[in-house]
Amino acid sequence: MQYTITVNGTPRSVDVDGETPLLWVLRDTLDLKGTKFGCGAAQCGACTVHIDGHPARACQTPIATVGKAAITTIEAIGQSKIGQHVQAAWIALDVPQCGYCQAGQIMSATALLERTPAPTDHDINEAMSGNLCRCATYTRIRAAIKQAAETVRT
Amino acid sequence: MLARRNFLKVSLLAGGGLLLSASIPATAKAASLGKAGPDAVALNAYVRIAPDGKVTITAKNPEIGQGVKMMLPMLIAEELDADWASVQIEQADLDARYPGQVAGGSTATPLNWLPLRQVGAAGRQMLIGAAAAEWSVSAAECETAPGEVLHKPSGRRLSYGALASKAAAQPVPNLATIKLKDPKAFRIIGQPIRNLEVPRIVTGQPMFGIDVSVPGMLYAVFQKCDVHGGKLVSSNVAEIRKLPGVKAAFEVKGGNDLRGLLDGVAVVAENWWQANRARQQLDIIWNEGDIGGQSSGDFAATAVRMSKGKPESILRSDGDAKAAFGKAAHVVEAAYSYPFLSHINLEPQNCTAHYANGKLEIWAPTQNPAPGAKLVASTLGIPETAITVHMTRVGGGFGRRLSNDYMVEAAWIAKVAGAPVKLLWTREDDMRHDFYRPAGFHFFKGGVDAKGQLIALSDHFVTFSENGAIAASADMGPAEFPARMVENLEFGVSMIPLRTPTGPLRAPRSNGLGFAFQSFLDELAHASGRDPVQFALDILGAPRLLPDPPGPRQGPGFHTGRMRGVIELAAEKAGWGKKTLPKGTGMGLAYYFSHLGYFAEVVQASVSAGGAITVEKIWVAGDIGSQIINPLNAENQAQGAALDGIGTALGQGLTVENGRIVQGNFDSVLPLRMRQAPPVEVHFRVTEFPPTGLGEPALPPALPALANAIFAATGRRIRSLPLKDHDLSTTA
Repeated sequence: MQYTITVNGTPRSVDVDGETPLLWVLRDTLDLKGTKFGCGAAQCGACTVHIDGHPARACQTPIATVGKAAITTIEAIGQSKIGQHVQAAWIALDVPQCGYCQAGQIMSATALLERTPAPTDHDINEAMSGNLCRCATYTRIRAAIKQAAETVRT
Repeated sequence: MLARRNFLKVSLLAGGGLLLSASIPATAKAASLGKAGPDAVALNAYVRIAPDGKVTITAKNPEIGQGVKMMLPMLIAEELDADWASVQIEQADLDARYPGQVAGGSTATPLNWLPLRQVGAAGRQMLIGAAAAEWSVSAAECETAPGEVLHKPSGRRLSYGALASKAAAQPVPNLATIKLKDPKAFRIIGQPIRNLEVPRIVTGQPMFGIDVSVPGMLYAVFQKCDVHGGKLVSSNVAEIRKLPGVKAAFEVKGGNDLRGLLDGVAVVAENWWQANRARQQLDIIWNEGDIGGQSSGDFAATAVRMSKGKPESILRSDGDAKAAFGKAAHVVEAAYSYPFLSHINLEPQNCTAHYANGKLEIWAPTQNPAPGAKLVASTLGIPETAITVHMTRVGGGFGRRLSNDYMVEAAWIAKVAGAPVKLLWTREDDMRHDFYRPAGFHFFKGGVDAKGQLIALSDHFVTFSENGAIAASADMGPAEFPARMVENLEFGVSMIPLRTPTGPLRAPRSNGLGFAFQSFLDELAHASGRDPVQFALDILGAPRLLPDPPGPRQGPGFHTGRMRGVIELAAEKAGWGKKTLPKGTGMGLAYYFSHLGYFAEVVQASVSAGGAITVEKIWVAGDIGSQIINPLNAENQAQGAALDGIGTALGQGLTVENGRIVQGNFDSVLPLRMRQAPPVEVHFRVTEFPPTGLGEPALPPALPALANAIFAATGRRIRSLPLKDHDLSTTA
């Protein structure tokens, strides 16, 4: 079936089964490989995207449910001021090890800072505990979120 | 343009020496290797310097998150005296010119520390030679600054870019005698160098195996028997072919090698989701073989039964443990165990393959491409020379990708399908078709004399066998700590036959043995009223090197002084014995030597009345020799390894039921999450020894340090993992 969804500000038409998760439309149909597959069950957060600014697990979002919502992926998160600061903090603190989860981490971190400009450790725990990092770079993810919060303000 | 390209051929000899030969390959071969663009000059297989001064350094090893793609080029760039800002790094394919293209065993640092610096130094010498010839001066009068050669007497200078073409024609220096920099002059090694890949990672650029895209590519899933090695009897594959998007579906008859191609059904479709959805309609009849006794409950019961008899073999026997127990003031007996573990790389296993005109091209997130190519060649019946393996960035290695089962599956499916195919496993495939960290059972007895000294220790280790031999990574060495430091000691081993395949997981053997031994030693310290730090220092005794017993794991020995050093450093940083902690909070110490690294860790943890564990802080002290090559990455690796250990201890363990793994996703196997992750303070003790690796050795102490902290907090001794299976509540 034909669906037109808005991805990173651009309308994109795809012809797929309505049950197809957004994750696979992004990755296999639209060739946006930044959003990752980790568990297929909303357990790991690697597929986190923004739907109308809210973090969502693309592996559990059927394409038929997307409608006119604005989808933002890691490829375009740097177009927002906060996304840009988050990416810059990740680079400055050399956060990743293998890097596979980091797109999802950055999407969740950006969504957190959009709503909570100065997050406490508790806020970070609440917002980020759905994103697994198998390399356990949590120490630096936490520090990078705090640094991004700081640089956005200044 | 120019015809001559000098290649330095460097390979490691068995004894750790170096073999160097210079060769000038035919132009055609050089071109086919694709290493040298038209404007670049190949100084050798590792370094290319373009006329504009850009230095491209090849990273020969697989990058799995350990940082080797930066670290190896840093070694070359340092001795080349390259301007780091002009360096770009290129991932090598599997290529016979490079020795040891493997990510495993924390070996990249010790194996490459000398040879890759020699490669860089050779390049520098050739650039100096070219400049000296240009100026008609002696090379001895020339020196380098980052990216250029200087002739101070005349004030002349030439950039590496300007010299590159001429340098390629310089004689190749003898690597074995080439002069290396004084470490005091290092400009790159020892600096906190940022990973050049991070800008691509944070913007979601395709770089992992799962991101590979080939024109005309189809997507595949592969259903195997959940009882490992089960045989396919029949399937409804003909029905599957009719499902939407399915381009091919076929049965695969594999062999009996659990590490090779196994029986299964492949489903190939236009996109991955269609392939995986069609697969859910599969109806397969398997011959599972004999699965009697192949359950976790059976293993535990068998281990207890075996522990009551004599060990099947004696691994080590010093003095007379039995007699010494009779003389000891304190004797403790305890049984410890740890579970099977999956590697749970976040990037599920995958591989892309394209077979056409007798040639096979593979894009693989593998830690170990060379055996993969061999396996593919023998399984498909094609020569290895017909296979190209591109190494992609790997979304977590942890030892899982030392095996190449996914590679041979992708190659086979692509060949049968007659199209480029990306094979991608589900999380459940990944968890149920792994080469598991073997479970283990330890039946300990320890004796401490009236002065509080450990005088006797015995362990009956019940482990697993595969086809009659010790299962992979299920062994223990005769030098396991505290062997060599206890007068009366006996290690015995018995084995339970296992059908589930096993293999190395980050810090293999050490990740389980460390928990059992370090927990039991803590138990002995407390039972005899000793402080665990003092008890440890007494076992270690005076600083000295204890040589390894002969055998397959013989290494450079164990230095008691280096271990003392890190224990004292960890204790000092943690304020061990100097803090008054609230009730329900405690500190635990553990120390472990693995992969040539000495690590001691102190964990502070609390347990609530309801039994909830909070890990509050970890102090890591490590000794990996004379040089921390990249402090920025070193800290990250040590923090990650310690937290990996904490996550493993808290929430990970697999259950085998009738020969199959019960758990399938992150709802039942629980990796560490942000809310559980404490701050980790990392301290390195720089010593005079050669630098060694850091991917693994910081992991093993974390598990027992946590268990020992829980004892200090609650008085409850943890003798099995994971902790999520223990009820630590004190409210009735």
